[in-house]
Amino acid sequence: MIQKELIHKQRMIVVILSFLVLATAIISAGIGYSSLSFDRLLPTLLGHGTFKEEFVLFSVRLPRIVITLLAGMALALSGAILQGITRNDLADPGIIGINSGAGVAISLFFLFFPIQPGSFVYMLPFVAFIGALLTAFFIYILSYNRKVGLQPERLVLVGIGFSMALSGLMIVIISSAERQKVDFIAKWLAGNIWGADWPFVLALLPWLIVLIPFIFYKANKLNLLGLSEPVAVGVGVSIEKERIVLLLAAVALAASAVSVTGGIAFIGLMAPHIAKSLVGPRYQLFLPVAILIGGWLLLFADTIGRNVIEPNGIPAGVMVALIGAPYFMYLLLKK
Amino acid sequence: MKSSIRFSIKFIIGLSLLFAMFIVAMVFGAAETSIQDVWNALFSNLKSDQINLLREIRFPREVGAIVVGAALAVSGAIMQGITRNPLADPGLLGLTSGANAALAVTLALLPTTNYLGITIACFIGAAVGAIMVFSIGAIKKGGFSPLRIVLAGAAVSAFLYAVADGVGIYFKVSKDISMWTAGGLIGTNWSQLNIIIPFISIGILISLLLSRQLTILSLNEEVAVGLGQKTVQIKTILFIVVILLAGASVALVGNMAFVGLMVPHIVRAIVGTDYRFIIPMSVIVGAILMLIADTLGRTINIPYETPVAAIIAIMGLPFFLLIVRKGGGAFR
Repeated sequence: MIQKELIHKQRMIVVILSFLVLATAIISAGIGYSSLSFDRLLPTLLGHGTFKEEFVLFSVRLPRIVITLLAGMALALSGAILQGITRNDLADPGIIGINSGAGVAISLFFLFFPIQPGSFVYMLPFVAFIGALLTAFFIYILSYNRKVGLQPERLVLVGIGFSMALSGLMIVIISSAERQKVDFIAKWLAGNIWGADWPFVLALLPWLIVLIPFIFYKANKLNLLGLSEPVAVGVGVSIEKERIVLLLAAVALAASAVSVTGGIAFIGLMAPHIAKSLVGPRYQLFLPVAILIGGWLLLFADTIGRNVIEPNGIPAGVMVALIGAPYFMYLLLKK
Repeated sequence: MKSSIRFSIKFIIGLSLLFAMFIVAMVFGAAETSIQDVWNALFSNLKSDQINLLREIRFPREVGAIVVGAALAVSGAIMQGITRNPLADPGLLGLTSGANAALAVTLALLPTTNYLGITIACFIGAAVGAIMVFSIGAIKKGGFSPLRIVLAGAAVSAFLYAVADGVGIYFKVSKDISMWTAGGLIGTNWSQLNIIIPFISIGILISLLLSRQLTILSLNEEVAVGLGQKTVQIKTILFIVVILLAGASVALVGNMAFVGLMVPHIVRAIVGTDYRFIIPMSVIVGAILMLIADTLGRTINIPYETPVAAIIAIMGLPFFLLIVRKGGGAFR
């Protein structure tokens, strides 16, 4: 049984975080390169704005806010799963090479396949997914030992190696490409939220709608996997099967997010960790908190990055790394 | 005595391989040249288009490859010796990214800095990056476990690359920075080499002089102290050498991970675990490796160049995995 007080505390935190997300979203909608002042937000939202105000709000800022929120949520969830199955608090889709796998696939797709405007947007998450999946597969195989099963620590090490080598591969691919495509890929790598338009929201949303309930359904399995292998086996979890299914889900979430936002690491590391320190390690409790924190973090980072210098801003990926890496080091120091 | 004779033979074989590879690297490339041209460029006063090209473009470039390969390999060997960590490498442990960040800051704030100034900035940056990683690794007891050090290195590198990216975008110098960091050996010229080579030579010389101490240190800290070694002093000097070597390499070629990781492992398979043999052999193998990578980079996709760093990174991954695999049981 979960204590009543804990549930109560968790509800409070969820409510507070929701407000925080909402407030950040409003602030984010109100500031930026094009002028759209706060007192004009509500009228514009209700359809009384000028053409320019409506354009800025509905076609530029809102989709971007929604995308960053969703992507942050997906990354946080992905990180939470990875930390569960590797039993390592430092696992993150960006750090262990899943992002760069998606990146290589996207660069290849960009360079060697003709681009059709209609289906292109919806193809990207699939392409990223395939790249990320292949990478995850190799990392999994190479950190698997027939006698002991999956070795969580080795998984992290192998992942770091992969992420470095794949970045190298990406440079090779880029170096044989046309100039404009190179610029796009370079920006993608830095984690520039490039897919800030409604079709991209639609491309990202289904993954979350399917996978969030699925992970909640699996929450108890994740709790057990996090304990220790003998315990998990003892209570009847078929470890390898669960691990593979959950790994697939984590890869899908990370890949779909990264395909729209570009290479963003550390969210999947920070959000679950902060959430765990707030409400404890039960997945049922900390997942909603982690999801909200993830969404908020990315939105926050992007809002700052977008406004630090105008008009181009600093890519969200860079901002997140500036916040996330010190946090990661702090974690390493504490462990 | 016997072992040193055997080593001399291996060393001579290595040197001749290096020379052969150097000739291969000089002959192949986007512009057609023959061995005759290479000979004339090196040993005669003749002048022609081909010969000038070899002298002014390809020759400094291959010398750069040799110097950088040697420097990175030696710095990797020293780091692996001091930390007793098979995964130590200047690229993995934050030195490269530190130098990179320092480069970005220098180009942004003092755009008129000359080459020497940039080189010194790279030294400082490499030192900062290394100190960050090592302090995270060393604060806790048993901090030098490979996993911790590599994780700390990955985090510090991510942070410092983000700093470099941010500074580059903020001050609108990202083009200049990427010219440096992704450029590899493209456009290496004699005036750069004149500044870099002294630093690297001094670094390699000191490490050769200290190689016996390094062997003792690499066995066991207590043994080293027991044999009367001033471990703190030796470590400090070696640390400075590593920073000199890695910083100078970054100043010349930008980011280059895995060389310092791969070469000492190859070398250990050839000459064993004595650093008096490992360090000179690392110089040779590192140089050969960089020459191969650079020649591949220039010839895979003529007339375009494939960055050397990328080729090295792809060659390095299997190695990294192998080392992780081999040390599997001991990873805690």
